Amino acid sequence: MNAATGMRRVSVHRLGEVLLASIQQELTDSIAVALRQDLTEMAAAGTRGVIIDISQVEIVDSFLARVLAEIAAATRILAGRTVVCGMRPPVAITMVEMGLGLPGLHTARSLEDALALVEAGEVGR
Amino acid sequence: MTVAENGGAAAVADFLRARREQLAQQWADLTLFRAVHTSGRDVAVHAAHRLVDALTEVARDGRVDDVTVPALDQVRAALAQMIAARSQAGATPPQVAAEVAELKRPVIAMVGRELADADRGAALIAATDLMGTLRLVGMEISLSDEGAIVARQRRQLSEVATPVLKLWDRVVAVPLIGTLDSARTQVVMETLLEAIVDQHAAVAILDITGVPLVDTVVAQHLMKTALAVRLMGARCVVSGIRPQIAQTIVQLGIDLGDITTRATLADALEWALGQVGTSIGRA
Amino acid sequence: MTTAAVTTLPITSDLEIAGVRQAVREAAVAAGFSLVEQTKVVTAASELARNTLVHGGGGRLEITRLDRPHGQGIRLRFRDEGPGIADVETALSDGYTTGHGLGLGLGGARRLVQEFAIDTAPGRGTTVTVTAWPRGAWGG
Repeated sequence: MNAATGMRRVSVHRLGEVLLASIQQELTDSIAVALRQDLTEMAAAGTRGVIIDISQVEIVDSFLARVLAEIAAATRILAGRTVVCGMRPPVAITMVEMGLGLPGLHTARSLEDALALVEAGEVGR
Repeated sequence: MTVAENGGAAAVADFLRARREQLAQQWADLTLFRAVHTSGRDVAVHAAHRLVDALTEVARDGRVDDVTVPALDQVRAALAQMIAARSQAGATPPQVAAEVAELKRPVIAMVGRELADADRGAALIAATDLMGTLRLVGMEISLSDEGAIVARQRRQLSEVATPVLKLWDRVVAVPLIGTLDSARTQVVMETLLEAIVDQHAAVAILDITGVPLVDTVVAQHLMKTALAVRLMGARCVVSGIRPQIAQTIVQLGIDLGDITTRATLADALEWALGQVGTSIGRA
Repeated sequence: MTTAAVTTLPITSDLEIAGVRQAVREAAVAAGFSLVEQTKVVTAASELARNTLVHGGGGRLEITRLDRPHGQGIRLRFRDEGPGIADVETALSDGYTTGHGLGLGLGGARRLVQEFAIDTAPGRGTTVTVTAWPRGAWGG
């Protein structure tokens, strides 16, 4: 699918027991779906959590919101938690106006906060 | 010059062309032209010529009582700038409408005085219709202009009225004062979220001590803001819920969802300080 | 109100949805939209383009810039010759989904723009027209 469009997948890095996906490009629906597959497969090999850095993402529509929620659901089953970090203000405002949330996901301001959140294990509300 | 049925408009067109200069001279002394063209009477007369010419075309077209004819575009163009200038100078739409209405009297007086008896009746009716149409166009322009000004002022006001305070390292607060409508909520949300980024804030306090009323709409706005803060990865706490407001919330059956609430700003700060260090959010 | 030139874009693949987002962003920037306003209209366009692709079997987008005395807006018209929508009210309601997105596609897009119109019937295709104005150009 990506070979056909010539667009890169989102690269996923392993930092100890944490998977980090930093989205640095325009996301098509198929790249988002490929990211979900990659993260789910890599999480199955053992992980404490997944961090998705969306600080460079300019829009989150209902499709991407659903893919993110699916990633969270899959990694939760595999004993990890998913943290989305760095959402831009216009993205947050737009999602709220649409009535979109990120069910099942944790959020953090920065990558550092996200790592702390995964390490913390227990999440307060 | 004889006037057949429906020929009143044609008579007015001829009349306006013939009396272009006299009419422009009279209009130039009226408030609308005088107040806008302060740089000199020549400029006012020139602007008046333009309006006379535009009205002549409308009369020539024949449909003097129809505000939708294309010929009125020139009239709109001639009026728009003056009306915008009057609004900016502080004139209200009724004042502007009255100033546009003033233009009618010289036209009617001249038609009544100068046209031959045979033509006068139909021409007076057509001239009255034409000037009535002019007044409507003026009103339409000043009202749409007013809308833009009100929107701009309201925006400026709510921006000024929404300071975001840094209360502690990584803790920001917005003291909300006055009613929370959706335009205001937008501004509060934008200002607060930008502050969260700039200050690396982990907790945002929305203090509603100065909000007189919390109904379902306001509650919805608060929840939207809290949700956006959480999506950004910070936590939100609403403080300043006075006892009578708490009662209203309960009586109305408003569900604040899982928004964290505290009675006072001090309580909220205490809660915030407990959060900082763990700095977590949950969507 | 005058209208400026129309730009037409095809919507036949998810890569072209990305192209739609980029073109709508450029139009919004040119019309003087704030960053938040740009993000709203681009997000709405993304939802509607996906709707055109997934439910309409592909189609096209026309972008038109609108000029008014107090500001510029943009009009987006998404057209497809797909099966059409039998029950528009249901399609616009939250939670309605045919398997893509969270069921907030059409309804969510509607909340992000000032004007929203949908013209559809079974067998006749679907045209969704939305208009977005920056703050102040449309009464706040």
